[in-house]
Amino acid sequence: MKDEETIAAISTPMGEGGIGIIRISGDKSFEITKKIFKPVSEVREIRSRHLYLGHIIDPEKGNRIDEVLTAFYKSPHTYTREDMVEINCHGGMVAQKKILELAIKYGARIAEPGEFTKRAFLNGRIDLSQAEAVIDIIRSKTERALMLANRQLAGGFSEMIKSIRSELVQIMAHIEANIDFPEDDIPEADPVQIKNEIQKSKNRIKMAIKNLESGKMLRDGLSTIILGRTNVGKSSLLNALLNEERAIVTDVPGTTRDIIEEYININGIPVKIIDTAGIRETGDKVEMIGVERAKRYLNEAEMVLLVIDASIEITEEDRRIFDMAKDKFAVIVINKTDLPSRIDEKEIEKILPEKKIIRISALKNQGIEELKNEIYNSIVEKMGPIDENAIIATQRQKKAMEDAASYLEKALKSLEENMPIEVIEIDIRESWEKLGEIIGDTASEDIINAIFENFCIGK
Amino acid sequence: MEYTAGNYDVAVVGAGHAGCEAALATARLGLKTVVFAINLDSIAMMPCNPSIGGPAKGHLVREIDALGGEMGINTDKTFIQMRMLNTGKGPAVRALRAQADKKAYQFSMKHTMEKQENLDIVQEEVIRILESGGKVRGVVTKTGGVFYSKAVILTTGVYLNGRIIIGDVNYSGGPNGLFPASRLSESLINLGFELGRFKTGTPPRVHKNSIDFSKMIEQPGDEVIIPFSYTSGKIMRSQVSCWLTYTNAKTHEIIMDNLQRAPLYTGEIQGVGPRYCPSIEVKVVNFKEKASHQIFVEPEGLNTNEMYIQGMSTSLPADIQIKMIRTIPGLENARIMRYGYAIEYDYVMPTQLKSTLETRKINGLFMAGQINGTSGYEEAAAQGLIAGINAALMIKEKEPLILKRSDAYIGVLIDDIITKGITEPYRMLTSRAEYRLILRHDNADLRLTEIGHDVGLIDDQRYEKTMQKTKMIQQEIERLKSIKITPTEENNRLLDEMGSSPINTPFTLEDLMKRPELDYDKIKIFDAMRPELPKEVIEQVEITVSYSGYIKRQMAQIESFKKMENKKIPKDIDYDKIYGLRTEAREKLKKVMPVSLGQASRISGVNPADISILLIYIEQQKRKKAK
Repeated sequence: MKDEETIAAISTPMGEGGIGIIRISGDKSFEITKKIFKPVSEVREIRSRHLYLGHIIDPEKGNRIDEVLTAFYKSPHTYTREDMVEINCHGGMVAQKKILELAIKYGARIAEPGEFTKRAFLNGRIDLSQAEAVIDIIRSKTERALMLANRQLAGGFSEMIKSIRSELVQIMAHIEANIDFPEDDIPEADPVQIKNEIQKSKNRIKMAIKNLESGKMLRDGLSTIILGRTNVGKSSLLNALLNEERAIVTDVPGTTRDIIEEYININGIPVKIIDTAGIRETGDKVEMIGVERAKRYLNEAEMVLLVIDASIEITEEDRRIFDMAKDKFAVIVINKTDLPSRIDEKEIEKILPEKKIIRISALKNQGIEELKNEIYNSIVEKMGPIDENAIIATQRQKKAMEDAASYLEKALKSLEENMPIEVIEIDIRESWEKLGEIIGDTASEDIINAIFENFCIGK
Repeated sequence: MEYTAGNYDVAVVGAGHAGCEAALATARLGLKTVVFAINLDSIAMMPCNPSIGGPAKGHLVREIDALGGEMGINTDKTFIQMRMLNTGKGPAVRALRAQADKKAYQFSMKHTMEKQENLDIVQEEVIRILESGGKVRGVVTKTGGVFYSKAVILTTGVYLNGRIIIGDVNYSGGPNGLFPASRLSESLINLGFELGRFKTGTPPRVHKNSIDFSKMIEQPGDEVIIPFSYTSGKIMRSQVSCWLTYTNAKTHEIIMDNLQRAPLYTGEIQGVGPRYCPSIEVKVVNFKEKASHQIFVEPEGLNTNEMYIQGMSTSLPADIQIKMIRTIPGLENARIMRYGYAIEYDYVMPTQLKSTLETRKINGLFMAGQINGTSGYEEAAAQGLIAGINAALMIKEKEPLILKRSDAYIGVLIDDIITKGITEPYRMLTSRAEYRLILRHDNADLRLTEIGHDVGLIDDQRYEKTMQKTKMIQQEIERLKSIKITPTEENNRLLDEMGSSPINTPFTLEDLMKRPELDYDKIKIFDAMRPELPKEVIEQVEITVSYSGYIKRQMAQIESFKKMENKKIPKDIDYDKIYGLRTEAREKLKKVMPVSLGQASRISGVNPADISILLIYIEQQKRKKAK
């Protein structure tokens, strides 16, 4: 039951201090934490309010996610009066997000806006006179979550969810029409067609999850431009950040003719990455147009990633580019660390003091996580701590979509096993409801309406 | 000149399907009951389709029967065709449908009522409800009779301010040429109830001798008859057939050419009609691309030549009806005996009712059936039964009977209409039930007989029999879970012969049964010590085992659902005082006055944050009181 489930949330996002906290409350808190937390020294019996040093590990893969300090709080002397766990992590927001995901995977549910406070009140921890304040918290957090969800996600996302839902409604309407009006002139829903439709919807959901993860669905991101000489690997960097082959990458300098804009999601913050043509004075008309545009984007960019090739000494062009970016908020990215280095970092520091330097190999996918962390930290430095609701909002959506996809998988399996159609409909409906949770639409009249719109029924 | 006509426990106004169930229930529970009908010849009348049952409706009939109601028994006595529908689909959606002999059905029900102790039947029109101090006192009839009673159950069907519309002709009238109830609506409005207006319709009846059946497709009944009632035992009966034909382009042309005379399109009809029972003119207009529509020709009884033309519900003028029907294959020479018509009627918005079907405003006043805006005989009968039971329990000062959405289709129906309200006549559909897999027509007895027994409508003998059946089912499932088949060569060979894959660890018989290619019968070869069990027990065992995964899931959902249903909202809650509720939610909550957080969450316009706030407020009030 919802109110009795164990909940988890990021209670403090990765901020300037470098510590982020994940909070879990409910009777499964300890159990879940034990699955993912390995203390450095063996613990015979957990003591309440004691901080334990250890690591969060992914039980499936066995790798360490982060070094953390975990505190266990035994009910009833806790904020919510339930068993609680607080995991203090400092491995960056990517780690923090991963820890939350693990908690969800191993039995918790993402907390509703204001839910910890709600439980605290209902369990008598907060005074009667504070009831209005509690309501305020729930109200405002709900509104904020909705607003963030709506702002973060382009209209395209919610349109897409609606479109998948509508496909599912069509399938269900047909099944229901056959069930409730068996003597009417309605052709029997064809199981092969149903299977194909479900398969299609499932694939669309899975694609949407991928897009959500990669940030493709975000808009209004922090405008970040990738700047650098031709062929320093800007496009490779973009691809690495995006995790896919999008920009054209060849060995011939000046390949990226156009400006490529992509969005990535760094822990819930949308970042718009602009990849430019290599800045180079050339006679090539196409290239010159690209260069002009790059200069314009640079002007408007809020952040710059200056990319240098590690294997070549700093050139005149590099210096010109440094000059362009010296007043901007920037991170210096030394790429191609897989090749022998000819760069002296001290030289860079002389030209661009006080700018962070990150070494990566876009080709070998090394250092990318560190770079993302650095981008995030720079943003936090510049804009202040990030609202944790932003992070949770996308997590919630992602989980709902994963559940929706898995229900459709169940439906496909039941179809294969020749289960009766009304049993298969159960899974389709659950999937449809899960998707409805994302966009806040739970009206079940949709299906009945679709039956009467699509089929001529009637005695 | 008013006079005291009688003193009763319960007065039932209207003797249609809801009224009969209500009156029989209260009388059988020992309460002195009077039931009124404007015309006694219309008791249990079926003004429209001569059929009872079908998906969802058939489920309701079974549930009525399991609780001790009469519709199933009466249908079994008088059906002339019985079919099981959705046989090609799973057990959750299979349902019985019967064609009844209309007159036989009526006479049988009337006679049952006449023979019933504690029940007086009076031909009278009730024109006023007596009330004082928020409590019902009785009713007053047209001839001046004052009948005092502790409870009044209104089951007036489609008679309230009924208006008949046939083409350009319309007049005040009840269904099928009977008188309407013209003053009761006024009484209800005076008592403060909000009324709405709906419309429904019926097709023409045609003389059998004017029909050429050779041009139609015959639809006979099932060879093996399965009865509705659990008390009916085996029924051997010869059955009649129904006949199928189709409209065609000519039919549609006539309709389209005469739309300007169709009351549905001239604006003559104000009431909203049901989408699932559209007139033929609506079907043709809304689905222009459909070349033909099904028409079923159904006998109305064994001793009549009237044939019901299903699919041709209409309010087009009489001359158009004649033209239109004669374009249909087999009906070229049709002689119409009764014209199709539309009927508009008042209904009471059901959000004004509690889940016991008692009105919130007036103690002791109950409403059941089409007066609540539902459609269908079965939907009416189900409500009538519940209203009757609860009127009786109220008078006996016992806890009311409230069926939940997880208990029965009846529960879904009542919860839907009182919580969500209605914008068109409400018809039960299996898709309205979240727990369809649990609420099957084959397990209505297992779900509800005990409740019927607790209420007092089911006798000990029948109750014992059902408990026995439940026990046998449980025992057999336990037995199947306890017997293991080892992975021997012989066993695997047998499995292979049946098209099933081999096992390499011991499997219980129950696990084997879950495989789609095996069933109870097939695994007999592994089950030497199998006891002799009745067919219905085996059926339940099979269903329970085959769908155990999904059944378990639905049971878990039901657990969550029940928890929310048990989070009660205090009766005296003042939504205007609750800080932080959104306006829309506040308005809706005030209108519906839900009794639990579960019910509140089903109101459209109330979202999860609102529920949280309600929770907080209720907790706050609780603590204040404790201080």
